[in-house]
Amino acid sequence: MEQLGPITTQHYLALSALLFAVGAAGVLARRNFFSALMGLELMLNASNLAFVAFARARGDQAGQLAALFVIAVAAAEVCVGLALVIALFRRKETVDLDAYKELKG
Amino acid sequence: MLETVLFYMLAALVLGLGLVVVSKTNPLASAMALVGSFAGLAGLYALLNAPVVAVLQILVYAGGIMVLMIFVIMLLNLHPDELRPLAARPLILGGTVLATLMGLALPVVVWVLPSGTFSTAPIPEGFGSLKSLADLLFGPYLFAFEALSLVLLVAVVGALVLSKKRL
Repeated sequence: MEQLGPITTQHYLALSALLFAVGAAGVLARRNFFSALMGLELMLNASNLAFVAFARARGDQAGQLAALFVIAVAAAEVCVGLALVIALFRRKETVDLDAYKELKG
Repeated sequence: MLETVLFYMLAALVLGLGLVVVSKTNPLASAMALVGSFAGLAGLYALLNAPVVAVLQILVYAGGIMVLMIFVIMLLNLHPDELRPLAARPLILGGTVLATLMGLALPVVVWVLPSGTFSTAPIPEGFGSLKSLADLLFGPYLFAFEALSLVLLVAVVGALVLSKKRL
């Protein structure tokens, strides 16, 4: 394990980029409302990881505070998103996003 | 040394469970994997000297948001045959996105940024403690904090309006 070396900011940022890509793929590739929402959560968490990693690298706690703000905004987003899916499910009895194509206008 | 091993274990856990979240057809299985992924992220925050963020990640994300989501998944009467698995065409789309993002982000992250080994970098006294974070939150960031409470209020009222029987 000696050749692994110390963990740097780049390690955390690379992990953050990978996690963001996984989340983005989930949002784009899944047509199920819940899976898309969970992909979105993964993307938000990837940005949180970058915030906290930079906070540690710069010794500035404002980055940790930004991560806390993102968590609160994510809570609000999930709250509204789940209310929306309940309202939509009442109409068509499905959570498949392709069933609501007319929402494009 | 221990930090290095812990980082790689937690990173593998977070990424592996993230892939499970994206690939599972059943949303309930995805949600359970996501809870595990959030727990791994909380461990990473603890490694980064952010214990408050780590605890709130478990309390709010894994404990609050995910319970709400699992509650709604179970509340709705989902038909298993309606849930579409990850099909070939979307997979290609997802792979393209993944490759593009990696192609854009990873070189920037690894080579352009100045290399900083913060595992040995000094940190201020009480870094990431509840008291120092609260001093920031109720000092220079008080306006953002109040705006955030307004956002949460609007979200709660919006959710109430949206879930009314006659919209």
